[in-house]
Formats: sequence, structure tokens, C-alpha cells
Amino acid sequence: MEQLLQPVAQLFGPLWPLVWTLVKIVAIIAPLMICVAYLTYAERKVIGYMQVRIGPNRVGPIGLLQPMADGMKLLFKEIIVPSGANKGLFILGPIFALAPALVAWAVIPFGEGMVVADLNAGLLFLLAVASLEVYGVIIAGWASNSKYPFLGAMRASAQMISYEVAMGFALICVLLISASLNLTDIVMSQGKGMFHDMGLSFLSWNWLPLLPMFVVFVISGIAETNRAPFDVVEGEAEIVAGHMVEYSGMAFALFFLGEYANMILVSAMTSILFLGGWLSPVGFLPDGFHWFALKTAFILFLFLWARATFPRFRYDHIMRLGWKVFIPITLVWVIVVAVWMMTPLSIWR
Amino acid sequence: MEFKTFVFYVMAAILVFAAVRVVTARNPVHAALFLVLSFFSASGIWLLLEAEFLAITLVLVYVGAVMVLFLFVVMMLDINIERMRQGFWSNLPVGALVGILLVVQMALVLGGRYFGVEAMPAPPAASETYSNTREIGRLLYTEYVYPFELASLVLLVAMVAAVTLTLRKRKDARHLNPAEQIAVRREDRVRLVSMPAEKDQQP
Amino acid sequence: MNFVVPDFYPAAAEIFVAVMALAIMLATTFARRIATALAYGLTQVTLMIAAVITLFSADASTALTFSNMYISDLMGSLLKLMIYFAVAVGLLYGRSYLADRKMDRPEYFLLALLMTLGMMVMVSANHMLSMYIGLELMSLSLYAMVAFDRESVRSTEAAMKYFVLGALASGMLLYGMSMIYGATGSMEFSGITQALYHQAGNQTVLLFGVVFLMAGLAFKLGVVPFHMWVPDVYHGAPTAVTLMIATAPKLAAFAMTMRLLVFGLFELAQHWQSMLMFLAVLSIVLGNVAAIAQTNIKRMLAYSGISHMGFMLLALLSGVVEGDRHFALNAYSSAMFYAISYVIMGLASFGMVILLSRAGFEAERIDDFKGLNKRSSWFAAMMMIVMFSMAGIPFFIGFFAKFAVLQAVVAAGYIWLAVLAVLMSLIGAYYYLRVVKLMYFDEPEDTAPIHAPADVRLILSVNGLAIAFLGLLPQGLMSLCASALIASF
Repeated sequence: MEQLLQPVAQLFGPLWPLVWTLVKIVAIIAPLMICVAYLTYAERKVIGYMQVRIGPNRVGPIGLLQPMADGMKLLFKEIIVPSGANKGLFILGPIFALAPALVAWAVIPFGEGMVVADLNAGLLFLLAVASLEVYGVIIAGWASNSKYPFLGAMRASAQMISYEVAMGFALICVLLISASLNLTDIVMSQGKGMFHDMGLSFLSWNWLPLLPMFVVFVISGIAETNRAPFDVVEGEAEIVAGHMVEYSGMAFALFFLGEYANMILVSAMTSILFLGGWLSPVGFLPDGFHWFALKTAFILFLFLWARATFPRFRYDHIMRLGWKVFIPITLVWVIVVAVWMMTPLSIWR
Repeated sequence: MEFKTFVFYVMAAILVFAAVRVVTARNPVHAALFLVLSFFSASGIWLLLEAEFLAITLVLVYVGAVMVLFLFVVMMLDINIERMRQGFWSNLPVGALVGILLVVQMALVLGGRYFGVEAMPAPPAASETYSNTREIGRLLYTEYVYPFELASLVLLVAMVAAVTLTLRKRKDARHLNPAEQIAVRREDRVRLVSMPAEKDQQP
Repeated sequence: MNFVVPDFYPAAAEIFVAVMALAIMLATTFARRIATALAYGLTQVTLMIAAVITLFSADASTALTFSNMYISDLMGSLLKLMIYFAVAVGLLYGRSYLADRKMDRPEYFLLALLMTLGMMVMVSANHMLSMYIGLELMSLSLYAMVAFDRESVRSTEAAMKYFVLGALASGMLLYGMSMIYGATGSMEFSGITQALYHQAGNQTVLLFGVVFLMAGLAFKLGVVPFHMWVPDVYHGAPTAVTLMIATAPKLAAFAMTMRLLVFGLFELAQHWQSMLMFLAVLSIVLGNVAAIAQTNIKRMLAYSGISHMGFMLLALLSGVVEGDRHFALNAYSSAMFYAISYVIMGLASFGMVILLSRAGFEAERIDDFKGLNKRSSWFAAMMMIVMFSMAGIPFFIGFFAKFAVLQAVVAAGYIWLAVLAVLMSLIGAYYYLRVVKLMYFDEPEDTAPIHAPADVRLILSVNGLAIAFLGLLPQGLMSLCASALIASF
């Protein structure tokens, strides 16, 4: 690889590191966008079958070209800016919604050494970027100068901040037992232990010893991405579509892309932090990127499954779940894990 | 000019610009968003100083949590900018004069002589394995554990004060407590009264 | 990685108070019906046990712990004991006042306890960081307590003023601290002294730091020209809270001044002494003159407090004369004696204001004291003792406090300063004696009987008698202050 790239590197001279990084970024973003497109397709299909329907099946073979058609339609639609809206921020809103979801991929390791930026504080970076996602919604809600978007923005900021705290505490547990903020190290630390030596590595991953945190993290992840049953931010029954009411065309599509990219991001985070990333579940199969993809897809399926199964929460119930259930549980569990690690019963030595 | 220096100047320019806009922006929401931008640039400068933990924490805490709540409040308030700006121009000369005087005085006293690059030599470069997250954690929980724990009590005071000064029972809210509903016994709702049958019936 | 677990024993009292504060918070959450009584009782018990712990751990040796951020010495122990006493008495006086106004929520006692902890930390700080955090712990609790009457616009406004100006002062203090740290490379007081002894650090930067430090200190002490908040906050806060602000925090502020200036920046004494002189002279003049014009007793006591703090600074500024440190101990111990006696008098004076107040009525005007002799000759006598003592009339404790300070000032050679202080005390005597005149020679406007719980009556009487008793036999307390300082140096 190095030798192969040598002549190209000489061509660009001192600009090469920049160009190479850009290439890596494109190599991640482009497939990600395709994944997003097909996630919307998968969602419609999965929910369709769960509700004993067929789902999209007209455009292309078994409806495979449906996402492309949707994209084309949105691309050619006019973007309408309401007259009372704050124009600059109105345009900035959807961009803010999508950008963090893409930035976070910089630190996600797809395999050993397959990462754009191998940050020491990768986990912290993820958390920081995840906390920025709410800005898109808030800005859009406010800039629309309309009451439903504004209500949506208010709900979003309260909800996302609440669940971020629980998510943060769950991450602290992970970081306690892996003693590192580097995501590659976190994955590697899951590949050892008693069950791993027995060839049953999937029992050594973080999800089992940290089962409550795993559950809290996945649920908080759904709440963070404003997906059903926590989608009161959009809440079409009460506030039409929340922050997206006034958007049309590609601006609307950006919100959509952002939401699905976030889903994929949270699933990828879950699989790295709790499900051993690219590690193979059993001893006799080799590790590799495909495991990471499979695990992420499994978590994504959980997201869709939850959407098809549960009715929407009432808003005060969402806040109660966050503050009165998850935060106390995670707080206690941080202490439990810390104490556990100090006792002779610790399994992380 | 080194690339790092170049990045520093870009960040610093954005930071100063954003900070100025925080004060001068007409719209409070814009001001808050510029504050977000200035936090971001400050965090970038910290990253250049190899303080990655502090840099990311700045974004996480201030941008991710504090400013969101700040925006929340600013958006809810009906701030009349025009009224707030009344008297701005008449007070400007005095304010500017005082400000300039302060800056000149400080510059005269402090100048480059006492806090300049010469007076404060750069610290030795950190080794490859040096992790500043780990170092901060180690110091906080060992050498500085006393102020650290006390700081948590300061936060507790803030919390207690906020709750006790603002929490009040709302009388107009019809709050249902599921636990109480479930705990209802028959005696709470129905009272069986045994009355003697009346003897003489009126015709 | 050469970390040793700190010795917790010297800080046992602090740890105990912190743990009890958390325990009280939890206990009152789960026992809602008796929460207030429980919080009050537990707070008093905590203060008592903390006093026992401090008393038993106090000895002549100095102990450092927590990476030298905490110092345990005799001066600290004595001040802490006085702080427990002041807070306990303050809570006792204030309790029925709060209950009458529906403000006796358990959080009040929790905040008071955390404030006490903040003061303890300040008293025992040997590091700028712990000093600052102790200060914030105390101030934040006080801000909240001032705003505790949330229905009252005046008290909210007072809290706002106190908070904004207090934050400004904290900022200045921090700025000064950072300058001194930048110049000396140390945040530990002994380290700063050593660096200064070796002439380290740039003089300009150091002086710059000291100026900012002094501004912050002056605010916390409430001396002119940083006194603007004092009358408004004393006036606006519920009287029970005013009582708290006026007493124990003064001891903490004294300790902060001692630790920062004497233990830390002793080498720069000639600089900060001249700044102190400026502050002291202004405070004594303005405090005494402005107090005459007041019709509200809380405001009058606020201005009197300003002048008293100025008096205390007089002693602090006469420690070092042209490099000669012979008088230092005497001067500082007289300042400490002054602070302690002021606190005892402050407790009694605000205690009297609370005693005359009742549900729906604040005895705030000086006229409310008219004819007190006819209503209760015993408490009129107590108030007379307090007023005489504050005016510095022999033979009450206030006289000896003033006398000791003047002695130190004269010994340092500032004759003109002593003359000025005496003159201003004479002016001050006017407004104290006016209260006495109103009590004894005027007809009462308000004839409602004085009703107060027996414990308040008892302790207030003891408090008043203590002022008289300590005035007759001041030697014990004076020598205690002196020996505490000798042991601490």
C-alpha cells in the first residue's frame, strides 16, 4: 500500500497529508451515505413485514431503487424559506443537524488500525460531538419563527440533555473497566478474559458484565436520536413534525440524513463499546470488519423493531425515565463497578 | 511561519471576532450562537497546546450542555433589544474611554516585560506516552483531592439553593401519582353505613 | 506517582461536618413531617460535636495535611470554636423568627452548616486554592440564605446585589492570586513566603497581585471603599440571616486576611500595610459618620460593622514598623481579640432585633426600641450593655478590644491614627447612646408584650452578660488569642 501510493504522494508534495486525509474522509462518508439511503429502505421493509405488509416494491427489483427515487425527488424540490424566518440560521439548522453525525466517524475504528484519527481521548470526542447534535434541532426550531418548530426545539433540548447524562455515566463504566479513552483500546480490552480463553469471546464483551449499562445505553441512544418511541420532538400527532415543519426539499432531506446517520453512529458506538467491535464472537472464526458491520446492523434492527413495537411515550414520562430512573441507576452502577474492580472478585485484571 | 502558528492565528482571529460579535450582535440568540463559536475556537487553541482533555471537555460541557440551556432560556425570553440599547451611544464615549484607559494601564504595567514570551519560557515537550487525561485524573484524585471534594460541595450548595429558591407546589397542575392510585383501598373511597331501619313509615 | 494517603486526623472536624451535612440532607428528605425540627436539632448537635472534636485535636503543634493544603494550628482551632459558637447561637436566635415567617425550611439549616464548613476551610487554608474554594462555599450559601424569603422583593434584590458584587470580588481575588502565583510560582502560603524571602518574582507583578487581592479582601470584610453592599444586604436580608452574615463570616474574613497577608505575603508587609491604612481610615470615618443618619437599626448596625472592621484593620496594619517585627504578635492578637469581641457583640445586637420582632412585624426602626425599659427592663439592660460595649465605654469587652488595638497602633508609632480613631469612636458613641436614650427616656410606640421562646431569652441574657463579664475580666480571652498566635507562628 505504502509503495503503491508513493508516486501519487510525490505528485502532491507537501500537500499530500491533507489530500490523503480527504481521501480517507470520502472513503468513509460515501459508503455511509449509501448506508443511510438503504437504512430508510430497510426501515420501511422491516416495519412493513412486522405489520404484515410488503413495503416498497415498485421501483426497481423488490423496490431496491426506492431510496434513489426519494432522493431525486427531494433534490429537485424547491427549498422554501418562510418570510418571517431568520434566513441564515434557517439554512444553518439542517447543516448543523447533519455535520456532527459525520464528524464523529473520524474516531470510529472499523478494524484494527482502520481509523482516520486514532485519538487518545476518542470516547470523550464522541461524547462531545454527540452533544452537538441538538444544535441543529434548536437552531431550526427557532429560526423557523413558527410555534410548532419552536415547541419541538424546546422538547429536543430538554430531552437530549437529559439522556446525555445517563449516556455519559454508562460510558464512564466502560471507561473504568477498559482504563482507556481510546476506542481501539476499548475494543481490544474486550477480547480477553475467562470466556475468551474458553473460545466463547462474546461472553467476555462488555455487554454481559455491564448489562444494565448496555440496556441504558441502547435506550438512551434511541432517545438521543429522537427515534420512536421517544420521537416527541417530531410528534406528528401534536406538533405536526416539530422542528421540520417549515422545511422542504433538500433542507428537509438533510435532517433526514442526519437522523439516520446518527442512528448508524449510535449503533456503531454500541457495537464498539459493548459488543466488542470487530472481534469475532467465537474463537474459531477470524476477527474482521464484517463482524463490526453485522453487530451495527443488529443494533439498527433493534431500533427499527422498537419503532414498530412501542407506542410513543408521553413527554413527562420521557423526562421521568431519564432523570428519575436512568440517572440514578447509572450513578449507582458506576460506584458498583468501581467497587467491584477493587475487590478480589474483579474480572478485569 | 510554521503551520501550527498559522492555525493558531486563524483560531485566534475567529475567537476574537466571535467574542466581539457576542457583545455587539443585535439578536440575543445570535449572540449566544457566537458564544458557542468562540468556545469552539478556544477549544481549538487548547488542542494546539496539547491539552486535549480540557479542549474536548470545554466543548462537551460548555457547548454541549451549558450553552444549550442558555439558548433555551434566551429563546424563551422576550428581550427587547431596542430598549436595552437606549442610551448606548450617549454612554459609549465614557465607556470607551474607561476601557481604553484600563487597557493602556495594564499594557504599561504588564507589557511584554513581565509576562512576555521571554519571561515565561516554554515548558519542556511532553514524552510520547504522556496522556494528559491520565495526568489530570491522577492529580485531581491525589494531590488536589481536598479542593476537588470541596468543589463538589460548592456544587451541592448551588443545587440545594436552586431547588429551595425555585421549587414550589403548583396548585393548578392536576398531577396524578400512580403509586397513590394503586395504593387506594376500599375504605378510602367507600364507606358502608349501617342504619337502623325506620319503624314508622309515612303513608 | 509518589502519592501517600493524606492524614485525615487533623481535618477530622471538617470531614465530620461535611458528612453530617450530607446525612442531614438525606434524613430530611425521608422524614418530611419532622424535617425542620430534625434538621435544626441535627445541625446543633453537629456543631457541638465538631466543637468537641476541634477542642480535643487542638494542641500547640502545627499539622499540615492534604498535600499541605490544610493547616491545623491553634489560631485556626480558636477561630473555629468561635465560628461554631456564633453559628449555633445565630441559628438559635433565628429559629422562631424564621418559623413566624414560614421560612423555616430544612434547607436553611443545611445551608448554614455548609456555610460553616466553608468558613472552617477558610480558617484552615494553607493554599490559595483551598482558601478560594472555602470562600466560595461560604459565600454561595450566604447568597442563598439572603434570598431565602423568596416572596420578598427586598430580600431578593439584596441577594442579587450581594451575589453580583460578591462574584466581582471573587474575580478580583482570583486575579490577584493568579498574579502572585505567576510571580512566586507557588500557591502554598509557606511556599510564597519562601519565594519572597529569596527575592523571587517580579516586584511589579507582585504588587499588582497584592492590589487585586486587597480589593477582594476588602469586599469580603466589607470595608470602605468596597462597602456598598453591606447596608443594603444587612437591610434587605431576613434579620436572622443578617445575624449570620454579620457574625461568623467576619471571623472567617479575619482568618483569610491573616493567612493571605501575614502567613503568605509577610515580606510585602510595608506595601499591604499602607493599603490597609487607607481602607481602615476611610472605614472608620465613613462608617461612624454615616451610621448617625440612619433610622433603621439594621442599617445603623451595618455602618457600625464597617467602622468596627476598619478598627480591626488598624491592628493588622501596625504589625511591622520599618522592618521591625517586634510588635507583630501583639498587634495581630489584638486584631483577633477585636474580631472575636465584635462577633459576640454582633450576636447580641441582632439577637435583640430578632427578639423585638414577631410574626408580621419587623423591629427594624430605631424607634421600635423606644421605651423598651417599660416593656422589659431586663432586655433593655441587655441592649444597653451591647450598645455601651460597641461604643467602647469602659468596662465592657468593646472597650478592651478598642484599647488593645489603640495600644498596638501607638506602639507602632502611628499617633495620628490613634487620635483619629478615638475621635471617630466619640462620634460613634453618639448613635449608640441614642438607642439607649430612646429605650430609657421615651415612651413606647409599640406596647405588645415581648414573646420569645425560653431558650432565646436565656441565651440572649447569657450573651449580654458575657459582654459585661468579659469586660470585667478580659485577660483570659486576650491571653488565649495571644498564645494561639504564638503557637501558630
